[in-house]
Amino acid sequence: MNDMRIVKRDVDMNDTKISAKGVQVFYGDTHAIKDVDVEIKDKTVTAFIGPSGCGKSTFLRCLNRMNDTIDICRVEGNILLDGEDIYDKRVDPVQLRAKVGMVFQRPNPFPKSIYDNIAYGPRIHGLAKNKADLDEIVEKALRRGAIWDEVKDRLDAPGTGLSGGQQQRLCIARAVATEPEVLLMDEPCSALDPIATLQVEELIDELRENFSVVIVTHSMQQAARVSQKTAFFHLGNLVEYGDTEQIFTNPQDERTESYITGRIG
Amino acid sequence: MPILWLILLVLALGLIGFVLGRSRALSNAGGDIRQLHSLPSYYGSNVLLATLIPGLAVLLLWLIAQPMVIHGQISSMIPESAYTDAGSLNLVMSDVKRVAEGLDIAVQEGALSVEQARDIRTEFTDIRARLGEVGVALGSNVEAYVLKAAQRYRVMNAVGHWIMTGAVLAAALAGFAYALMRTNKDYRARNQVEKVLLGLLIGAASLAVLTTVGIVLSLIFNTIEFFKLYPAMDFFFGTTWSPSFGGGSELGILPLFWGTFYVSLIALVVAVPIGLFAAVYLSEYAGPKVRAIAKPLLEVLAGIPTIVYGLFALLTVGPLLMNVFGEDGGLGWMQGGRSVMTAGLVMGVMLIPFVSSLSDDIINAVPQAMRDGSLGLGATKSETVKQVVLPAALPGIVGAILLAASRAIGETMIVVLGAGAAARLSMNPFEAMTTVTTRIVSQLTGDADFASAEALVAFALGMTLFVITLGLNILALVIVRKYREQYD
Amino acid sequence: MSDFTADNSPAAGKGSSLFKETARTKRRNAAEARFKAYGIGAIALGLFFLIALLSAIISNGIPAFKQTFVTISVELPEAKLDKNGNRDPAEMAKVTTFGYKPVITNALIAALKAEGIEIPFAKEKDVADILSSSAPAQVRDTVLANPDLVGQTVDFRLLASSRVDGYFKGRVTREALARDKNLDAEHLDIADQMVKAGLMETTFNADFIFGADASESRPEQAGIGVSMVGSFFMMLVVLSLALPIGVAASIYLEEFAPQNKWTDLIEVNISNLAAVPSIVFGILGLAVFIQFAHLPQSAPLVGGLVLTLMTLPTIIISTRASLKAVPPSIRDAALGIGASKMQSVFHHVLPLAMPGILTGTIIGLAQALGETAPLLLIGMIGYIASNMPDGIASGFLDPNSAMPAQIYEWAKRADPAYYERAWGGIIILLLFLMTMNIIAVILRRRFERRW
Repeated sequence: MNDMRIVKRDVDMNDTKISAKGVQVFYGDTHAIKDVDVEIKDKTVTAFIGPSGCGKSTFLRCLNRMNDTIDICRVEGNILLDGEDIYDKRVDPVQLRAKVGMVFQRPNPFPKSIYDNIAYGPRIHGLAKNKADLDEIVEKALRRGAIWDEVKDRLDAPGTGLSGGQQQRLCIARAVATEPEVLLMDEPCSALDPIATLQVEELIDELRENFSVVIVTHSMQQAARVSQKTAFFHLGNLVEYGDTEQIFTNPQDERTESYITGRIG
Repeated sequence: MPILWLILLVLALGLIGFVLGRSRALSNAGGDIRQLHSLPSYYGSNVLLATLIPGLAVLLLWLIAQPMVIHGQISSMIPESAYTDAGSLNLVMSDVKRVAEGLDIAVQEGALSVEQARDIRTEFTDIRARLGEVGVALGSNVEAYVLKAAQRYRVMNAVGHWIMTGAVLAAALAGFAYALMRTNKDYRARNQVEKVLLGLLIGAASLAVLTTVGIVLSLIFNTIEFFKLYPAMDFFFGTTWSPSFGGGSELGILPLFWGTFYVSLIALVVAVPIGLFAAVYLSEYAGPKVRAIAKPLLEVLAGIPTIVYGLFALLTVGPLLMNVFGEDGGLGWMQGGRSVMTAGLVMGVMLIPFVSSLSDDIINAVPQAMRDGSLGLGATKSETVKQVVLPAALPGIVGAILLAASRAIGETMIVVLGAGAAARLSMNPFEAMTTVTTRIVSQLTGDADFASAEALVAFALGMTLFVITLGLNILALVIVRKYREQYD
Repeated sequence: MSDFTADNSPAAGKGSSLFKETARTKRRNAAEARFKAYGIGAIALGLFFLIALLSAIISNGIPAFKQTFVTISVELPEAKLDKNGNRDPAEMAKVTTFGYKPVITNALIAALKAEGIEIPFAKEKDVADILSSSAPAQVRDTVLANPDLVGQTVDFRLLASSRVDGYFKGRVTREALARDKNLDAEHLDIADQMVKAGLMETTFNADFIFGADASESRPEQAGIGVSMVGSFFMMLVVLSLALPIGVAASIYLEEFAPQNKWTDLIEVNISNLAAVPSIVFGILGLAVFIQFAHLPQSAPLVGGLVLTLMTLPTIIISTRASLKAVPPSIRDAALGIGASKMQSVFHHVLPLAMPGILTGTIIGLAQALGETAPLLLIGMIGYIASNMPDGIASGFLDPNSAMPAQIYEWAKRADPAYYERAWGGIIILLLFLMTMNIIAVILRRRFERRW
């Protein structure tokens, strides 16, 4: 059964990567996400937009079960990654997160060298056969993170010594190094200056070649610039989901239009 | 108790000053409180403070200075032949004081008249018998010079006391009059009172510095005395510790250092892993309920006085270890219940909450973003802890361990009761050894002569202990502070 | 963990199923479980130590609160105790305890015979070893206090010797007595029969809590009461000095101190004093208060002064924390309506911080109450605290012991009966500490404000 699916995926690259059905999230007594259905495509950048507190980050964190680390959080409904329920009992969240990587709002490099930051994931997941292999993985990840040229001479320097934009690209490279299939990004540019933001946005566009990217952003312009698909969240509901162009030019829902035009948010 | 009366007198004067100052200010303003610069009570307080502070300050200084002055005067009266070294001068001086007290009591009881007490001579009267009648027992017959010194001592004390009373009252009255004179409606009484209060606050805060100065001075002076009697090189590098009050002591600190180090090492070997794992579990794994129960329970261990741990070592752990490692257990490694292992284990238990709560704070200071970053990459919790959280917290944890080490080195009661008294350089942890703190206790308790090298060595040991623990603490604080700045 | 694995099975290669746990994930999860188990083990070990400590204290200490007493009627013969027959206490005082001993021995023998208990000794008076050697003194004190008792037969409740007491508490066995020259196994047989006859019983012993210490050979008589009073006077000194000085210092440092070298010096000093070993404070006390200022040795006043210096940093640190917790808006509000800085602090900030200050002070006091090491150096051991202080001045100035020092003193004595006393003393000490800490917790819960 598994083999069949793999074959199918290989053929149809633009197939659905993640499919969520009837997802409900509760924080204690708070109903944070209400009945969300969404299909996230492979090799596409999907943007989640909406006013703050609308649940877009919460939903994002469901996709690689980061919510498991919060005691009071409870998730209902189905989220399928390649047709497999990620909340199934048999699924080890550790293994899931290797497939679904994540980049956070604030750059959070480990207090280690740049090299060790990147090598951390490959090491814990046993991706490298030997030192040379690991070197190769690190270089590849740093190149994909569009930061190789800036750091190749100081791989032993601490990652915390880089500038904010460099740190965030380092974190993206770190996430890429484990060869995930999906990359989740939680407002990756909110702590960065405009120039660094531009660099990261260019990087996201390049990443689309290899990954399915889901990005949460509070900036509509950013969503318009980088994404092909956009989902609009409001008060825990997924209000509208479609091609980015369509959402921004011809929203179907009144609330989406109000948000796009700046009347709510 | 005349000094108590004097204090009460000054207090009463101050209270009168309060009332007078207040009413003088009010009447100066024609009874209209709005005309005053400050509230009426401030004028009262101003006079009160101006009375009390000079009066009590003079009293305090006098009480400190008078015994020293008299001591000096009297000891110069004692012929040099009466004492051969400083130690017996102190003995003679305490004889003098006893005789003087005896004379006081005799006068009180009416056995001697005031004049008699001043003028009697050993040549004509058996002082010992006379004092014995009023219940003052003297060890030996009273020498002529002792009696003379005692009489002089009495006179000086009495005169000093009268002058003191006068001086204290004069100072209080002067302050009283000065403050009262300056009281009028425009006088800035509140500012003045607050200035004085601020001075008192500064004084209280400076007491910490004074304490340190007191510690350092009392250690340094006595240590210098010690090094006059015993060469410093032999002290720091001697490998034998065998004090004997008869003379010919060998006072090498190295065996004590070794014992201290060995006990502390065992304590840390027990406390650091347990404390650290407990802290990691409490901060990374435990739910709020487990945390709410386990954390305070562990901290109970920190609130138990060290004498309890000492008793636990001596009476419970020691015999238990003897059963396993002693002759009875068949191993025969242990000769008695007191050993380095006994004290080290118990001290380790004492340090567990110390290490765990310090590490807990430090682990919690590692930002959540670090953990998220690692978990988001698919690391397990333990991988996150081992490879991200602990390395990030390492400086802080090193600081915590240094603080724990300093506690272990300075700990007294557990080693006094649990480690034994034999100074030896041995590798066997089941042997009794002794530490710096136990030797301080044993050299300074009992009837030792404070001027002998055998007693003074305790101050040199104290100095060494103080310097080591201070160094460790400062180092630890610097490391921890650096660490905190990193994440603030 | 090694970087490179031999089997090299990647965790989740592209396309592998999430439902299949790879070998590597299994291994990693096992490591995770082990690590978690270490943590649980560490906590369990810590709690085990706590339980071991507490159960050692309780099981060893509870017997100290019970004591074996002998109740017998003693005939007080006039011929021996008051030869002149004029009932003058001053004259009767010339009969020492040696005069009373045969009187009591005879009474004991008579009582045994009346109950039909056989005395298997060559010399009948050897049976008196059952009684504490304090018994004659107790009878003598009673008689001297009330001379009219002479000539009558009076019921006395006398202490049994510590070995008989230990026998009933399981500390002394017949085998152990074979090597003991103070008591024979036959004594224990008599004791057993006396219990049956109602002449002897083991009951609650209030004298342990309220009584005075006794000499080394009479553990059955020793109590912790006097040293408790000594501790009480020391705590009075600590409270009356450390609280005002600590609060004043904290107010200065927190509210008024300018940023300068002197302030830095004070701060560094306070944090270092908090970590100076307590024994060093003992050396300070010995050198400054006793050698330099010539204050009396073993006096609670000196102990209190030393403990004050030791407790100050604790109190200052906690007071500063609670002053800091009062939000600046309160100060601004007071200053804004024209109060002086001093008024804003004393009228507004200090009252609001008071619960926190009191909590810190109680915890500091508890710490001082349990501290032993500095007291050893200022002469609070080796002294037998046998007399209650008479009056307040005597309470501060006369030699006394303190609870932890008394416990240490008992622990040093060779007789195991004193070990029992030491454990019992610890129970009392811990009860005090527990009460103080509970009060502190209640204060904190009750009055803690969250701004």
